[in-house]
Amino acid sequence: MIEFKQVSKVYPGGTVGLNNIDLKIEAGEFVVIVGLSGAGKSTLLRSINRLHEITSGDIRIDGKSITSAEGRQLRVMRRGIGMIFQSFNLVKRSSVVRNVLAGRVGYHSTLRTMLGLFPKQDMELAFSALQRVNMLEKAYQRADQLSGGQQQRVSIARALAQEAKIILADEPVASLDPLTTRQVMDDLRRINREMGITTIVNLHFVDLAREYATRIIGVRAGEIVFDGPATEATDEVFSAIYGRPVSEDERLGGRNVEAI
Amino acid sequence: MNNKTIPHMPSPPKPFYTRIKTWLVLAVVIAIYAWAFSGIPFTGIKQTAWQITKAVFNGLFHPDWNYVYLAEGEDLLRGLAETFAIALFGTTISVFLTIPFAIWASRNLIRTRLFSGASTFTLSLIRTFPDIIMAIIFIKAVGPGAFAGVLTIGINSIGMLGKLNSEAIEDLDMGPSEALKACGANRLQTIWYAIVPQAIPSYLSFALFRLEINVRSAAILGMVGAGGIGTPLLFALEGRTWSRVGVILLGIIVLVTIIDWISGKLRRRLVQGKA
Amino acid sequence: MKPSEGYPVKPSPSLKKWMTLALLLALLWLSVRETEASLSELIGGIPEMGKFIAKMFPPDWKYLRVVLKPMIETIQMAILGTTFGAIFALPISFLAASNVTKGWALRTPARFILNLSRTIPDLLFAALFATVFGYGPLAGMLALSFFSFGILSKWAYEAIETIDNGPMEAMTAVGANKLQWIYFGVIPQVLAQFVGFVMYMFEINIRAAAILGIVGAGGIGIYLNRTLGMFRYDQTVVIILFTLVIVLAIDAVSSRIRGKLI
Repeated sequence: MIEFKQVSKVYPGGTVGLNNIDLKIEAGEFVVIVGLSGAGKSTLLRSINRLHEITSGDIRIDGKSITSAEGRQLRVMRRGIGMIFQSFNLVKRSSVVRNVLAGRVGYHSTLRTMLGLFPKQDMELAFSALQRVNMLEKAYQRADQLSGGQQQRVSIARALAQEAKIILADEPVASLDPLTTRQVMDDLRRINREMGITTIVNLHFVDLAREYATRIIGVRAGEIVFDGPATEATDEVFSAIYGRPVSEDERLGGRNVEAI
Repeated sequence: MNNKTIPHMPSPPKPFYTRIKTWLVLAVVIAIYAWAFSGIPFTGIKQTAWQITKAVFNGLFHPDWNYVYLAEGEDLLRGLAETFAIALFGTTISVFLTIPFAIWASRNLIRTRLFSGASTFTLSLIRTFPDIIMAIIFIKAVGPGAFAGVLTIGINSIGMLGKLNSEAIEDLDMGPSEALKACGANRLQTIWYAIVPQAIPSYLSFALFRLEINVRSAAILGMVGAGGIGTPLLFALEGRTWSRVGVILLGIIVLVTIIDWISGKLRRRLVQGKA
Repeated sequence: MKPSEGYPVKPSPSLKKWMTLALLLALLWLSVRETEASLSELIGGIPEMGKFIAKMFPPDWKYLRVVLKPMIETIQMAILGTTFGAIFALPISFLAASNVTKGWALRTPARFILNLSRTIPDLLFAALFATVFGYGPLAGMLALSFFSFGILSKWAYEAIETIDNGPMEAMTAVGANKLQWIYFGVIPQVLAQFVGFVMYMFEINIRAAAILGIVGAGGIGIYLNRTLGMFRYDQTVVIILFTLVIVLAIDAVSSRIRGKLI
């Protein structure tokens, strides 16, 4: 369970990133955060594993405050949270399996990881994670030989190898084409359902949000302006979140999603 | 549209002060050159200069081939081998010594400005320090010979390698580092998993580039007694044995050309990302 | 889930990689032997080095008066050496650039000269010219001219090869002859860059000029040799510090001018 208690973020310039957010996300939810760019989606997501610092309030994960965690404590909390980035953030020159194993470094001593001495269970964990995203046969290829969609699936495998209970995905499909977008979103949904991993995704496609989310959170100017099940998120709701009618490039199109 | 009248020609947009500035700069440059020329005595050329020039060219075209290999040693091949050995070993040492400096000087890895600034300053100091003077200092420590040359090159190369590598690190994609941080990795693990694999191609490429420079360096360090082909070259010059000067010059040219060629090929492959 | 045997096996590195590594290690081992490197010698020598450095202090500041003139000479050598190098480097860089000189008959010899001059280190040029023209700043200036020529022409021709083809095509289209073509189509594109290179070369040459005197080619290096020979390390340190200050000052000025050019 993730809890935000009166969380605010003010940037050094005085811009308000998050304004007094109170939020509770239960284990196993598939939450999609929507909003215009600059509305605070990314800040909200990244404050959960403290890639972004907040200026006031408290964020608790399963009852433990990550806001006050430091050093080792913080790293232990972070290793329980997988993160997926828009630009994949794989080490392009390293092999796929090494990228996945990078998700395990938080579990071992510095020396051991620097020598690359991962225990056998870790290897198995990495391989089964790759298997889950259908990337097993690419294990020893270099990451830069893969397509964008494949790279994103490797980064999902990295989060799985972490044995994360939460996955944060910051615009995971923004640099992918429509077909691979669906594959990556399907992977995320499958993992969420099969393994019960709490999944929080930032998206800007209206139809994708409605299709995959169990719950949609709308963010505007650092505040939560909508929070409810995907079925309630009508076009009117989206217009309210965006402050204007939904435009065509905010729809991915493809599947017949308007019927939902 | 048969307009015969000549339109008003716009005058070039050069305000008065710009022209004054141009003239001032020109005057300063002329003054600098007048001053520079006044310092060099062009008249005091040796009477024998022409004869010596002829002798040098004669020597270059009739090299002392016997010197290439001598059974008792101290020949060209061994001199060149030693020169290359000094360069290779020295470069290897500096490549390792550079790592901490490069990391400390990288502003994206080290947040404390004072710390990275101190490292940058140290590096620029080393770069400014002439290698020959460093060689003289090391000769005082370990005596004349190749080892002094190795130490000189090992230390002196840190300046340039540290600067180039820290700049390369500052240009790296920081995405993977962010991902590692999000996985709960500590500082060292982040550097090892996200920075090092990205930095390795440029790191090797700089090392090769420096090797090219160091071969040239090693060829002259012998002139102050730090081993390599420089020592016999200085003796040959002082003894006016032009045919030997010729063969040593050719030897240096061949050695440098070969190393440049191999190193250039390897560097191109590194850039293309094949290695 | 599949048993672990089903997982892909790590491919072993290719033979070529192992061979390269083995070759490198062998070369390195030979180098260590050839240079008679020994850690104990180095550690044993540290007190000697310490003594040498200790003798440098306190520096004999009065010696500054003596080395002021040779320092000026050093700067003059560097200015003229850089200039002459640049004057000869520009035309040959046009000959060596494949987008300016289309025929290989001119380009190949130009590249040959350029590569040849780059193989010879500065101090070697200096020693050579000092024996030919006698000890003094003239030899140093010539050494720096040849040295700068090699480096500048390489930088220049590489810069020329990356310029935009458009203006050159335009000059061809208006029927310019080769010289007009270069003057209007090529030079405006590379001039600022070339001046930047020359300034940078000047910075390199100041450093080089300071040591050329060791082989008798004028400048402050002569005094470096002299004080070392007389074991007046307190004067040597004055020369070293003075050189560092001058080099850093010129670097600062030159890099500011270069910054304005770009």
